[in-house]
Order: sequence, then C-alpha cells, then structure tokens
Amino acid sequence: MAITAESVRFGYRGTEVIRGASFAVPEGAITCLLGRNGSGKTTLIRLVNGILRPQSGSIRIGDLDVLQSPRPAVARQVAFVPQEHQGVFPYGVEELVVMGRNPHLGLIARPGAADREAARAAMETVGIAHLAERDYMEISGGERQLVLIARALTQETPYLLMDEPTSHLDFTNQHAIMSIVRRITRERGVGVLVAMHDPNLALAFADRVIMLREGRVFRAGPAAEVMTPENLQTLYEMPIDVVGLPDGRRLILTEER
Amino acid sequence: MTRSDARPARRWRALLLSGLFTALVVLLSFGMGRYPIAPGEVMRILWQIVSGQFDVATASEAARVLYYIRLPRIILAALTGVALAGAGTLFQGMFRNPLVSPDVLGVSSGAALGAAIGILMPMGGTIQLWAFASGVAAVALTYGIARATRGQSVVMLVLAGMVVSAFFSAALSFLKYVADPYEQLPTIVFWLMGGFHRASWQAVGSLLLTVIPGAVLLLLTSWKLNILSLGDEEALSLGVNVRVLRPLLIAAATLMVAGAVSVTGTISWVGLVVPHIARMLAGADHDRSMPVAMLFGAGFMLLMDDLARSLTTAEIPVGILTSAIGAPFFGYLLITGRREAWR
Repeated sequence: MAITAESVRFGYRGTEVIRGASFAVPEGAITCLLGRNGSGKTTLIRLVNGILRPQSGSIRIGDLDVLQSPRPAVARQVAFVPQEHQGVFPYGVEELVVMGRNPHLGLIARPGAADREAARAAMETVGIAHLAERDYMEISGGERQLVLIARALTQETPYLLMDEPTSHLDFTNQHAIMSIVRRITRERGVGVLVAMHDPNLALAFADRVIMLREGRVFRAGPAAEVMTPENLQTLYEMPIDVVGLPDGRRLILTEER
Repeated sequence: MTRSDARPARRWRALLLSGLFTALVVLLSFGMGRYPIAPGEVMRILWQIVSGQFDVATASEAARVLYYIRLPRIILAALTGVALAGAGTLFQGMFRNPLVSPDVLGVSSGAALGAAIGILMPMGGTIQLWAFASGVAAVALTYGIARATRGQSVVMLVLAGMVVSAFFSAALSFLKYVADPYEQLPTIVFWLMGGFHRASWQAVGSLLLTVIPGAVLLLLTSWKLNILSLGDEEALSLGVNVRVLRPLLIAAATLMVAGAVSVTGTISWVGLVVPHIARMLAGADHDRSMPVAMLFGAGFMLLMDDLARSLTTAEIPVGILTSAIGAPFFGYLLITGRREAWR
C-alpha cells in the first residue's frame, strides 16, 4: 500500500504550480519533500490531502481515489499536521486532540469513552499525557506541535501529511519531533510525507526524498541515493557539499565558513 | 478530584446556573408589569392553563392578562434570546472572530429594509413577512457574492456581509427619506428600535417554526462547531465537509434570526454579548457553550424586556436597553473577565 500520485497538474488562476508530478509515498517510512520556497511543496501536500483538486492526473491512497471520495473517507486514510495551529478559542489539549476522532463520528455524534481513550493513548505516544487538561494557548511551541501530532494519531490513519512541522521550533525540538515521527513510522507502520526546509534534518531522518523543482519532481528515491551534492546544488541553486563523517553520519555544508 | 473530572462538572454547573437564572426571570416576568399579579396567583393560573381548565368566558382578568399578553410575550422574548445567542455563538465560532454578531451576514439590515417596504408599500403581505423575506434574501445575496469571488476563506463571507449590509442600509435610508414624516416615518423608526409589544400567539407560532428547528440543529452539531472553528484547512483535514455543513448552519441561523427580528425589530448586542458570557461560564468547547448561550440568552432577553416595560410608565423600546445595558456590561466583562473569553 502507498499514496500514489500520477501526472498531477494544478494551478492557481492561470499560474501553474504543479506541472505534472508523479510520486509514491510508502507506508512505514518517512518521505521528505524538499524544495525551495514556491516550488509547490505546500500545494502538493494539500493536493494529496484532497483539499485542492488537481486540474488533471490522479491521486490514490491505497485503493481510495482521493478525488472521488467524501471528506470523512479521505480523513480516515490520511491525517494532516499543519505548520502551526492558529488557535482562536482556548481549547484544552485533550479537547483539541479528541477532535481527531471526527472522521469516525457522524454529523451529530460526540466523542465517547472509546474516543477519549484513543486521544489519551495518542497523547501517551508522543509524551504529552501530563498536558491533557492544560490550555493549548498556554503551552510551549514544541508542546503545541506534539498536540497536533497527537491529534493526527487520534485519527488512526495509515498516512500522515506534515507541512514544515518543525520550522517554528528550536534545534532541540526539531530533533525531538522528528524522532517521535520516526518512531511512529517504525512502530505503527505509518507512512509520512513531510515537507521540510532543512536538508540536514532530512538527511538525518528521511528514508526517502522527493525533490520538487518548479512544480516538477526533479529527483525521487531512497535518501542515500538522492541526497547527492549534484542534486542538492541543482535543487537549491547554490554550491553545496555533502561531507561524510567517519562514523557514517553525513552533513550538508554551504560555501560559508 | 483530578482536573479531568472538572470539565464535565463545569458543564453541568454552567447549565444549572443559566437554567436557574432563566427560570427565575421567567417567574418574575409573569408577575411584573402594569397589572401586577402575585406569584401564588401566577402559579394557580399557569396550572389552569397547563391542565386545560382555562376558559376565556369564565377566566379572571388576571388570568386573561397572563394568557393573552404575558405568556406569548415571555415565549417570544425567550425564543428571540435563543435565536440571537445561538446564532451569535455559531457565527463567532464559524468565523473565528469575537466581534461577530448575528448581523454579520446582513440579516438585520435586510429585515429592517423589508419592514420599511412593508410599512410604505400597500402591496399586501404583513410587515413581518416582508421583514423575514428580506432578511433571508440579504443573507442569500451575501452568500452569493462570497461564492462569486471564488474566495476560499470565511473572510470573503464577512466582507460580502458588510457590502450587503451597507447597501440595504442605504436603501433603508432612502425609504425613510421619502416616507411620510407624520405617519410612516415614526412607524419605521419605532419598528427599528425593536420590542416585544407585538407579541401574540400568532407571532409565537411563526417563531416556533423558524427558531426551534434551527436551535435543535445548532445544538445537535455544536461539537462539530469546534472543528469548524479551527479554520477551513484543518476542518477539511479532520473530515468535515465544510462546503456542506457551513451553508447548512448559516441557513439555520438565518431562519432563526430573521424569524425573530421580523417580529421584534432590530435588537442589537444580545447576539454579541451572550456568547461571550456563555464561554466564560462553560469554557471554550462549543458543545458546552452553545446550550448555555441559548438558555442564558433567553433569560437575558426576557430580563431586558421586563426592564423595558417596567422602568417607566411608557414602554422603552427594548433595542435601546439591550445596547445601553449590554455595552457597558460587556466592557465590565472585558476588564474583569477570565481567559475563557478571548485572547
């Protein structure tokens, strides 16, 4: 099973943003979506999420045709973690997390004991059970991102979409969040598609990489094969080195010293 | 007690509090007025009515005042409070904006213009009917304009509502300008100030038809409103069909408010202030604040009407009171209020 996109095209009012993109996102792995600002990363994630409709091409999640399916059916297959949640109402953390049960509930249903149990389990998984009764607006940026991940886990979907989930976070939290995401892919077999700006973070955590350039998939494949200096230089349009350390780790460096 | 037990407890406390408040105001309203009726007498007459012993021919004067004047007026005021507070809670949540009132999509300006047309033009149809139809038409126009912009965000709806409200207000001003200043103009002005003196069992009947179904729908879907309040992208991601649910709820709220203001005239502030009070009592979760808002709104509206008909010998238009009392009260809440309101 996988998310598969074929020859997807999409544009806003005449400007084509995605110009025929085909790619696959497998289960049980982190697939990083890399590209410069305006390369179409966010648009691509919204297309896979079914929030935008492509002008042509197809998007399938397993057997489900995203374009032909009602919202709850899509939301039972794929959950979305936004860059940040601009809250207006001071919901409690657990109140916010249990909203992830929505695609499993009918129009007039409320979350029951089993749904709250699912929410608590998700909070345990990402280590925020102690925040359950706190106000979402009172907790730190890193904790907020964990709440959004817990909400996505509560949806119990085989796939997770993340749009730059770490770009507002400090160095420690960036790694903490991605470590938790990696654990989820390993333990639960969830397939993650994550748009990301920091290629070093991608190098550390990506199993697979999709490089997006001017609305086209420029390179895609296992991270080790795709993350070469040549590909990165073309992607980011600047001189880039990839340095291998003796212990096997790799580091992406620019010209500046 | 752990804090996880605190939230449901708080829900019942808020409901109980607003329920007690409203029940108290209802009892008070029966007895108050130019023709005072003692509480014991009120109970006796109410029992007569409920048990079917009420008979116009043999009823006492007090019983007739209660049945023909006070009871329909109380029901009317309460239903209006339910409609305004419910729609206010819905729109504040849906539009993610604390400044939003039920008027945001133009229903009040629409109803006002319709009432003026009904007063000026001898075309048939009651003022109430004109006001209702025009209120609904204004919101439909707002929705149509927002759709035509292809704008994805709710901001387009709010902007379109401003456009429609401004246009309908201009049209209303024109009608006031051409109206006969001795007969028609005062009628229009008094209609706009709002009041429950037009209460009758017929008005109650029409209001039950528009308010109750909408209120039930809003109560049933109040948990979904939490998800709508996260914004379109997150709501869609969480599996809410925003493009179906939002117009459905807007339609329900519009019928409620148009039904109410077409009988009562413009009543401002209730739909803005009461949702805030409800959130302070019950918390942010709309599943808890929606029923509290409706219950409290009924009591609040009724209390305003009691003041309107008892402060002076002549009745004060209730629309004046809701603003005169609602605005400073809201200011007080903003200063002393807890974090549950808004940030």
